[in-house]
Amino acid sequence: MTTVLEVTGIRKNFGGITAVDGVSFDVREGEILGLIGPNGCGKSTLFNCILGQLTPTGGEVKVDGKVVTGMRPSELNRLGVSRTFQLLQVFPKLSVRENLILAGQEHQGSIMSRLFGPADAGLTEAADRMIGFFKLDHLADLAAGGLSYGQQKLLDAAMAFMGGPRLVLLDEPAGGVNLTMLADLRERLAAINREKRATFVVIEHNMEFVMSLCSRVMVMAEGKVLAIGRPDEVRANPAVIEAYLGH
Amino acid sequence: MKALRKYWRLALGIMAVAGLIVVPLNFNRYGLFILSQWTVMTIAAMGLNLTLGYAGQVSLAQGAFVGIGAYSAAIMTTQGMPLMAALGVAVVLCFAIGWLLGYPALRVQHHYLAFVTLAFSTLAFLVFRNEDWLTRGIYGISNIPRPTVFGVATNRPLPFYYVCLGSLGIVSAAMWWLIRSPWGRAFLALRENPIRALSLGIDTRRYTLMAFAIGSALGGVAGTLYAPLTQYIDPVPFNLSLSLDLLMMVIVGGAGFFFGPFLGAMIAVLLPEWLRFTEGYYLMLYAAAVIGLLIYSPSGIFGILDRLLAERRTKAASALRAVAKSGLEAAP
Repeated sequence: MTTVLEVTGIRKNFGGITAVDGVSFDVREGEILGLIGPNGCGKSTLFNCILGQLTPTGGEVKVDGKVVTGMRPSELNRLGVSRTFQLLQVFPKLSVRENLILAGQEHQGSIMSRLFGPADAGLTEAADRMIGFFKLDHLADLAAGGLSYGQQKLLDAAMAFMGGPRLVLLDEPAGGVNLTMLADLRERLAAINREKRATFVVIEHNMEFVMSLCSRVMVMAEGKVLAIGRPDEVRANPAVIEAYLGH
Repeated sequence: MKALRKYWRLALGIMAVAGLIVVPLNFNRYGLFILSQWTVMTIAAMGLNLTLGYAGQVSLAQGAFVGIGAYSAAIMTTQGMPLMAALGVAVVLCFAIGWLLGYPALRVQHHYLAFVTLAFSTLAFLVFRNEDWLTRGIYGISNIPRPTVFGVATNRPLPFYYVCLGSLGIVSAAMWWLIRSPWGRAFLALRENPIRALSLGIDTRRYTLMAFAIGSALGGVAGTLYAPLTQYIDPVPFNLSLSLDLLMMVIVGGAGFFFGPFLGAMIAVLLPEWLRFTEGYYLMLYAAAVIGLLIYSPSGIFGILDRLLAERRTKAASALRAVAKSGLEAAP
């Protein structure tokens, strides 16, 4: 199986504080890797370093064997690396459909064809398919800002899939989503993973969600990797129980 | 319902265009001058609306680009070159300078960016005033010729008004198409949420520079019309207050609304004429009206309309949510 993401010795210092301290791991094609750990352990900082939103102090990130450290998020996205956000990051004034069209448009043609070519080029159909897949049909024409929190979370996830990404990093997709919608979201993610062979890394605090969705789980504490393995292995690891899972 | 609204809009548009063509036929010289000035200012304000309203980048330099366009036209046409050549030079020059002025926007935003562009505005004014060899300094450039279009000399006010109106038509069509293209969507994304835009593959750096360059180029287009309209230019009209005026037009009309600049420019150009009877009080009245408007609706006059529409949409949305919720509760 090929390795999609290869992270080697990533470090990130903020002044005197080391937020991420030499983290290394691999993610194989089609895998769903869960990333858990107490608040402030460096999960989101690690994401931002991988995605080029922050420049790591040290270490290397490879996607499909290509070094991408220091690349801008937009370039990385066009290479097929996509993400969702912990806090809502949609375009509130645009409709749900427009949000999705925007999420897909930079993945086809060149910058010039996006000015002089057809304004649509199948994007509306692609957006509508995604709307159908995430069951947002009745909301398609509404401004994203008017949706409920959970619906905006779903939209945020849907946007990450518009470009047909190879690797998706999801930052707390289940946070603040109600139970019905959560089951829906898990099922959708599993389906995309199965059908499109898309690879995921998921930060999540909801243990049930992580344990049922992920094929492997990585636990972080104080900027370091504490354990990595199958969900049941990790759950049984004494160090993990001590640091995070509690009693 | 939707189709009906579309036809209604189309009819309104045709009436407005017909009105702009027919009504000025019996205007006097002064009326035509004011109306031509409105078209020129609308073009400049549309450029700023792209930079500020759609892409969300504050600029206090649009007046300087009008000046660059006007001086290009004045210098070249008084040397016997055609206005079209001057237009080309003005557009390329303003596009390039606008692109460069966009670089600070990659580092600073909002009022800091306003200060950077303000500094550029001042710099441009000093060049217009002090570089005598090029601009004839405070003496200005007079006897700027008007072009001959399709064999028709436009020395008289009416034909030149039609040149201005035609230019406004072309610029409006191009802008309409631009903001509906994927570029237009990318500009909106830049304004609404640059971080999210970046994570969706949108090259925010390139689009920011483009927003500045295209907006500035339109300032240049406006300037190329301004010079033959007044037939005399000196540095004074292109000082900082023109940039502030243009900013006000965009904001009063409604930043980020396609027709905002049309309305904003109309108010800024025509209101002083209508309030002429108040003599010295007109600026005070104008200022008071603008303050009142911005307190009531910070998003300008079109913002008021938009708010009314949004209220209706929100009601529809909550109705839909209620339906969806009752469906879920009934399902289990």
